[in-house]
Amino acid sequence: MKIAIASGKGGTGKTTLSVNLAYYLSGKLGKKVVLADLDVEEPNSGLFLKGKLLKEQPEYRPVPVWQPDKCTFCGKCNSLCNFNAIASLPKTILVFKELCHSCYACSELCPEDALPMENLKMGISRVFSINQNFTFLEGVLDIGQESAVPLIKKIKELAENKINKDSLLLFDSPPGTSCPVIEATKDADLVILITEPTPFGFHDLRLAVKTMRELDKKILVVINRYGIGNKDIEKYCKKQNIEIAGKIPYSRKVAELYSKGLLLESCLEVQKELEKIAKQIYTNLNIY
Amino acid sequence: MIISGKGGTGKTSVTAALAFLSEKPLVVADCDVDAADMHILLHPDFLSQEDFFSGSFASIDSGKCIACNLCAQVCRFNAINIVNGEYMVRKIDCEGCGYCSRVCPENAIEMIPNHTGLLFCSNTRLDNILVHAELTIGAENSGKLVSRVRQKAKAVAEKSQINNILVDGSPGIGCPVIASITGADLVVVVTEPTVSGLHDLERVIQLASSMGINTSCIINKWDLNVEKTNEIEKFLKEKEISLLGKLPYHKAFNLALNKKLTVGEIKEGKEISEVLKEIWNKINLKTK
Repeated sequence: MKIAIASGKGGTGKTTLSVNLAYYLSGKLGKKVVLADLDVEEPNSGLFLKGKLLKEQPEYRPVPVWQPDKCTFCGKCNSLCNFNAIASLPKTILVFKELCHSCYACSELCPEDALPMENLKMGISRVFSINQNFTFLEGVLDIGQESAVPLIKKIKELAENKINKDSLLLFDSPPGTSCPVIEATKDADLVILITEPTPFGFHDLRLAVKTMRELDKKILVVINRYGIGNKDIEKYCKKQNIEIAGKIPYSRKVAELYSKGLLLESCLEVQKELEKIAKQIYTNLNIY
Repeated sequence: MIISGKGGTGKTSVTAALAFLSEKPLVVADCDVDAADMHILLHPDFLSQEDFFSGSFASIDSGKCIACNLCAQVCRFNAINIVNGEYMVRKIDCEGCGYCSRVCPENAIEMIPNHTGLLFCSNTRLDNILVHAELTIGAENSGKLVSRVRQKAKAVAEKSQINNILVDGSPGIGCPVIASITGADLVVVVTEPTVSGLHDLERVIQLASSMGINTSCIINKWDLNVEKTNEIEKFLKEKEISLLGKLPYHKAFNLALNKKLTVGEIKEGKEISEVLKEIWNKINLKTK
């Protein structure tokens, strides 16, 4: 079963919920859990988890590399590329690797085979064992790489290879409502949207709900920093028939623990909410 | 001038507060098109609106399709599947590369332009101009809409003879961020004294310096974790990045947000406003 933890707005607590929920499910409930940090632009889950590094490897994506000796300067590659990643000049062909989407069209349709695909490093992946029930994976995008999506795909694949039918796979998703989020959530069985009760949080939650409805996803909402704002989100969820799985109370202590990179095991009021959230997850995914 | 940084550190609140404090006329550009929130505080009038198209997606004409399977074979994104005996494109997986449409022997595949957003230009209640956008749900945020927002802001500023453009950037280090900081006179990174705040600050600064852009920093909620704040200050010194100011962990930001006002407009925000004024003066010296 796959659960994506997402939000419209950044900084609402995706990472906090992901790491603490994974820890709770694997510890208190003894469930096999794999957590994958898919926010490869700014991966932060790993800062909160201490474990044993099992594997670290570079990750690649294929891009075309021009072979001058084979090229006849027919210009076909230039007109084939929908991403303006290839410029065909009278005496040279320029490949803009950062614009390339690795579709292979130029490479495979080149009549002279002058654009073979070669691997370009886009980032790294790491696999950790946190405890016997809890495996953690993260991807770190190289600085200057523009697109996060290919690396997110890779990390998802790696994570899917680590689960069996009894384990839960959690995705800590990137913020927003655009392509990286879609990639992170599109195969999830359940999406948990975390928000905060402020006008920003409310606005971005509505966008996130729309996005997830478009994807036909089952959703649950968790309100973080409960108590700092108003009741708009609760009213909205009721109207939209969306279950609020938990309300993590606002406290300076939680903010301080987070700032130090610590888990919230010692916060009983947070643990109580995690228990409720876990129950809702089980109900929604028919786990007994 | 751009405000950037991790989600939830206070980019939008700080940008809006500076816009309120500015005595000079300003154009404000909201480049966080994924979760555009600036309009919540500035109450724009949505004076003009234009459609934004970017990229395309494939669509198969089932009347022409002979089920040769070539399109599905060449698609690297697994976007073409057989549904109820018909070849269909799953729009969400389609990258718009057009490879399928080029190899289809029956010309049965059409590439359709993607409507990816709306671009607005507004007058705000603070008597400045706001250029903002709304990304279509689930659309690709390639940075093109971000670039469009910036272009529009520049054109409007020139037309109205306004010298200063204040940009609220997007989180991350990928294409939207690269698009929002390219060519800026100054990037101001808003960070917070948390493990993730520092981690993301390091990555954004690495990106900005690799692009040769002048960078400075604001530490928000500095007293949440004094030790971490010291660590950030030390890091900034090492990298020779100037610290424009430190804002305390203060309820005023949240009170203002819940009233949909900027922090300088409420009486509890007085103390914060003084610090922000100093920051604003320093920014103006740096961008002269």
